[in-house]
Amino acid sequence: MKSKWLEIASPWLLTLVLILLWEAVVNIFGISRIIMPSASESFYAIYEYRVGLLQSALTTLYATLLGFGAAVVIGVLIGIAIGLWRPVYVACYPLMVAFNAIPKVVIVPIFVLWIGPGLQTASLTAFVLCFFPIVVNMAVGLATIEPELKDVLRALGAKERDIVIKVGIPRSLPYLFASLKIAITLAFVGAVIAETVAGSDGVGNLMLIASSNFNTPLMFAGIIVIAAMATAMYGIFAILDKRFTGWATRGAMNVATAGG
Amino acid sequence: MAYIDIEDVDLVYRNSAGHEAADGTLALQNTSLKMERGEFVALVGPSGCGKSTLLKIISGLIRANKGKVSVGGEPVTKPLKIVGMAFQNASLLPWRSTRENVLLPLEIVEPHRQKFRSEKAKYEAMANELLATVGLEGFGDRAPWQLSGGMQQRAQLCRALVHEPDLLLLDEPFGALDAFTREELWDVLQMLYLKRKCTVILVTHDLREAVYLADTVYVMSARPGRVIMDRKIDLPRTRKLDDLYSRDIADLIQDLRHHINVAKSDP
Ligand SMILES: Nc1ncnc2c1ncn2[C@@H]1O[C@H](COP(=O)(O)OP(=O)(O)OP(=O)(O)O)[C@@H](O)[C@H]1O
Ligand SMILES: [Mg+2]
Repeated sequence: MKSKWLEIASPWLLTLVLILLWEAVVNIFGISRIIMPSASESFYAIYEYRVGLLQSALTTLYATLLGFGAAVVIGVLIGIAIGLWRPVYVACYPLMVAFNAIPKVVIVPIFVLWIGPGLQTASLTAFVLCFFPIVVNMAVGLATIEPELKDVLRALGAKERDIVIKVGIPRSLPYLFASLKIAITLAFVGAVIAETVAGSDGVGNLMLIASSNFNTPLMFAGIIVIAAMATAMYGIFAILDKRFTGWATRGAMNVATAGG
Repeated sequence: MAYIDIEDVDLVYRNSAGHEAADGTLALQNTSLKMERGEFVALVGPSGCGKSTLLKIISGLIRANKGKVSVGGEPVTKPLKIVGMAFQNASLLPWRSTRENVLLPLEIVEPHRQKFRSEKAKYEAMANELLATVGLEGFGDRAPWQLSGGMQQRAQLCRALVHEPDLLLLDEPFGALDAFTREELWDVLQMLYLKRKCTVILVTHDLREAVYLADTVYVMSARPGRVIMDRKIDLPRTRKLDDLYSRDIADLIQDLRHHINVAKSDP
């Protein structure tokens, strides 16, 4: 029991230790707060700018969830199509790999040109960044149904649709959930990148303004807020994952996640 | 007319472009086989000779390139729907309990499919009973990955039989089990066969298994596969494992092995 407790506490403890270390290093070496504020200064900045930060954080969260939500819906559908029909796979895959390899920073200005700065561009960037791993993982689960199992079902007169519903979808859920955990953090990255490059609000924009004012503590405050939000979302999806697909971690299936 | 009638069947697997011979792999050539309803047939032969392929042709999962295939007097043109199948790999669904795995065919095959929701309790009782007959009483609620390999194969046999198929196709179902478990499952299968009186085709590498269980043993040649000899096993049922070590059966197996070796070297 004691070791279980320790396991739950260990990430919090490590975080605390690192924050204390940060505080100590900055104070001992007397680093200028323009270069690197101490932990206490950064947390104080969170308190000081709480209104602006909260508003920006909500804007960023909104943009992130919008892009992420669209990526889940469209990614799952395309993933199903790719997983079930080889021609779709053959046609789409190289294009998606190529697209995924483009550094997203360079396409943000293009998005701005098309749909204007702000929320639209932030969510679209979030979408683009987290779309790929969702598609790939959904497709993998469907494309790797054991041939024997297919034979068993087809010999009962099962239609392709039966096989997808009874076997394909449930079997791809662990892959999907594993990808969602990664996708949500990528969506945050996308939203913040867009806000930083071309935003009119959001945490990324706040940090851009803070940087031009040499308000380094506020920049660090922004980083902490983003990290906390992304981790919290990851946690939510990790819990959902455990709830719905706990069988996969104990069963025979090995879930590998393709990152983006 | 024979229940299963296979006449001069050829099967070529078309290889995708760029693979070995572009004209494909000839898996079966001029294969013929006749079986009566209710017969228990064992199919033995060297690895890669087309045994699994033959099962797929009989069940209608793949179409022969040449020749005639009929089951129950009807030519086979699409998957049969009256077939139960089991393989070496139990392939139970890990997100379903063992009982739900056994019930899977009923969610697909008519007329059960329609009634499945409304008469779920009845079907569950049926699955429990079936699980009990193979020695899995009380394991219905377990997840399949909580069962041993032998128990998973028992569950797989239940899944293959739950919809009361006319034809049971078994592709090396005991191949991955240890000798003791395998012998136990031979008796389980024999018991189920005598109870259900369905027609069974068992693919196996084990001559003792073939002789112990089958009414007729068919031997196939190396690829391209064809049936090169058959052997009636006129032992009374219910057969007992102890008999396996009797002189008669040992001689029978020895004789069969000898014939197979001769047949192999002289195609
Ligand atoms: N889907 C496929 N595509 C191409 N070739 C195949 C395919 N399935 C089987 N073959 C080939 O057909 C031949 C017969 O295969 P099959 O699986 O029927 O053999 P088998 O007798 O069941 O062998 P084993 O005893 O090892 O299971 C083999 O040479 C194999 O390489
Ligand atoms: Mg085989």
